[in-house]
Amino acid sequence: MKYLVSVIDDKSNPGSTDRQPAISAFNERLIAEGYWVFAGGLADTDAATVIDNRGEQPVFSDGPYVESKEYLAGVWVWEAPDLDVALKLATEASKICDRKIEVRPFR
Amino acid sequence: MSDVEEAITRAHHEEWARMVAALTRRFGDLDIAEEAVAEAFATAVERWPADGVPPNPGAWLTTTANRKAIDRIRRENKRDDKHKEAQMLHDNTPPEPLGAIDDDRLRLIFTCCHPALAMQTRVALTLRMVGGLTVPEIARAFLVQATTMEQRITRAKAKIKAACIPYRIPSADDLPARVSGVLAVLFLVFNEGYLATGPGTDPVRHDLTSEAIRLTRLIRALLPEDGEVAGLLALMLLTEARRAARVSANGELVALDEQDRGAWDAALIAEGHRLVRERLAAAAAGAAPGRYQILAAINAVHTSAPDIRDTDWSQVLALYDQLIRLDPSPIIALNRAVAVAELDGPEVALATVNRLAEALASYHAYHATRADLLRRLGRSQQSRAAYNRAIELAGNTGETAYLTRRRDQLQ
Repeated sequence: MKYLVSVIDDKSNPGSTDRQPAISAFNERLIAEGYWVFAGGLADTDAATVIDNRGEQPVFSDGPYVESKEYLAGVWVWEAPDLDVALKLATEASKICDRKIEVRPFR
Repeated sequence: MSDVEEAITRAHHEEWARMVAALTRRFGDLDIAEEAVAEAFATAVERWPADGVPPNPGAWLTTTANRKAIDRIRRENKRDDKHKEAQMLHDNTPPEPLGAIDDDRLRLIFTCCHPALAMQTRVALTLRMVGGLTVPEIARAFLVQATTMEQRITRAKAKIKAACIPYRIPSADDLPARVSGVLAVLFLVFNEGYLATGPGTDPVRHDLTSEAIRLTRLIRALLPEDGEVAGLLALMLLTEARRAARVSANGELVALDEQDRGAWDAALIAEGHRLVRERLAAAAAGAAPGRYQILAAINAVHTSAPDIRDTDWSQVLALYDQLIRLDPSPIIALNRAVAVAELDGPEVALATVNRLAEALASYHAYHATRADLLRRLGRSQQSRAAYNRAIELAGNTGETAYLTRRRDQLQ
C-alpha cells in the first residue's frame, strides 16, 4: 500500500529550521528499510502559482493557499504493508521534522 | 416471544460477533462480513418460522452467511474484477502458535478500536460489529440520528479498507497504548448490556455484559500489570454481581436501595473485591488510579454493605470527588449528587443537579434523579413532570416500568 505523507507547517507557529540533517538520516533509513518511494521538500507558498482553466481563459494567481495559515511544506511517498507501519514511521517523522504529518493512502 | 423468535434472538446474541470476526478473517472485508451476517439473520427470520429452527442454529447461520458473502463477491467480481483484489484487508501476521491468546473477536475489536478512528466511531463500530446492535440502537445510545450513525459507520468501514488498517492483535510493544481505547469501548458495550435499549429487548442483556467481561478478562490475561484493565474488570464484575437482584420477576428494574442483597453473586463480588484490593495496594505504593479503578472502588463500597443503611456514603463521596478531578463530566457530577443527597439531604443535591440541566437535558437519568429528589422533598407535581420526561427518554423497558411505578405512587 502506498501512502502520501504530507508535512504540514504552520506560518503562525513554524517548526524549527535546523531539521535537515536529521531528515536526511531518516531518509537513509527509509531507503534501507524499503519504505522510501519518493521525497521532496517544497519552496515557500509565495513561490506557488495556481492555474484555473475551467472557464474560457486560463487564470493565473498566487492563491488561495498562500493566505492559509497551515500549508504543505514537503511530501513523502512511502510503501508500507499497512497503516500501523505507516503511522509508526509518521510518528517518528513528526518528531524529526518538528511538524505535523498527514498520512493518506493512495487509492 | 415465540420459540422461533427466542431461538433467533439467542443465536444473534451468541453467534453475531463470532460470525462477523470469522467472515472478516476469511473474506478480508468488514463490510462484506457485516452484510453477509445480517443477511443470514434476515433469512433465518424468514425461513425458521416455516421450516423450523435448525438443529444447530449457529452452523446454519454460518453456512448461510458464507454463501451470502461468496454470492456478493461473485457479483462484484463480475462487475469489477481487479478492483476487488486490491481492496482486501491485510493480515500480515504469521499463523499464531497453538495456545497463544488468539481470538478472532479480539482481532475484530482491535481493528474496530484502531487509534486512527475517532473515539465515537470506534465505539459505534464495536457495538455494530462485535455487539451486533442495530444502527438505530447505537444511535439511541449516543443520542444522535440514525442516519448520522449510519454515515459514521459507513465512513469508518471505508477508512479501514482504504487506509489498510490491519486485522490483527497489536504487537506487544504497541499493546498498552492500544488498550485504553479498547477499554473505553468495552465499558460502553458493557453499559449497553447493563442498561439495554430497544422496546423488545430484555432490560439487561447478559450476552453483552458477559461478552464485555469475557473480552476484558482476555485483555487482563495479556496485560496483568495494567491497573486500568484490572479496574475495569473489577467494575464490571461488581456490577454484574448485582444482575439477578436488579430486575424483578415482572421485568422491572430494582434500584440499589430496594435490591435483595442476598441475591447478589458472592463469587463475582469476591473476585471484584480482590481486584480492587490489588489496585489499592498499588495506589498505596504510588500508582495513581485511573477512572475505572476509582469507579470499581465506589462499587466495592456499595457491595461491602450488607444493607443499604450500612453504606459508607462519605467514602463514596470522597471517591467521586477524586473521580471528578480526573473526569469533570456532567454525568459524573450527576452520580456524585446521589451520594450528596445521602449525606447532605435532597435539597442540597437538587441544587447541584439543577446546574446540570443544560448539559443533560436529553439524558433520562438526569430527569430520573431529579424526579426522585423532588419526590423526597414532597414536591409531587414537579416530580411527576420529571418522571414523565425520564419515561419519555428512557430506552430500557425495565427502567420505564420502574419509573412508571414510582410516578404512579406519587401522592
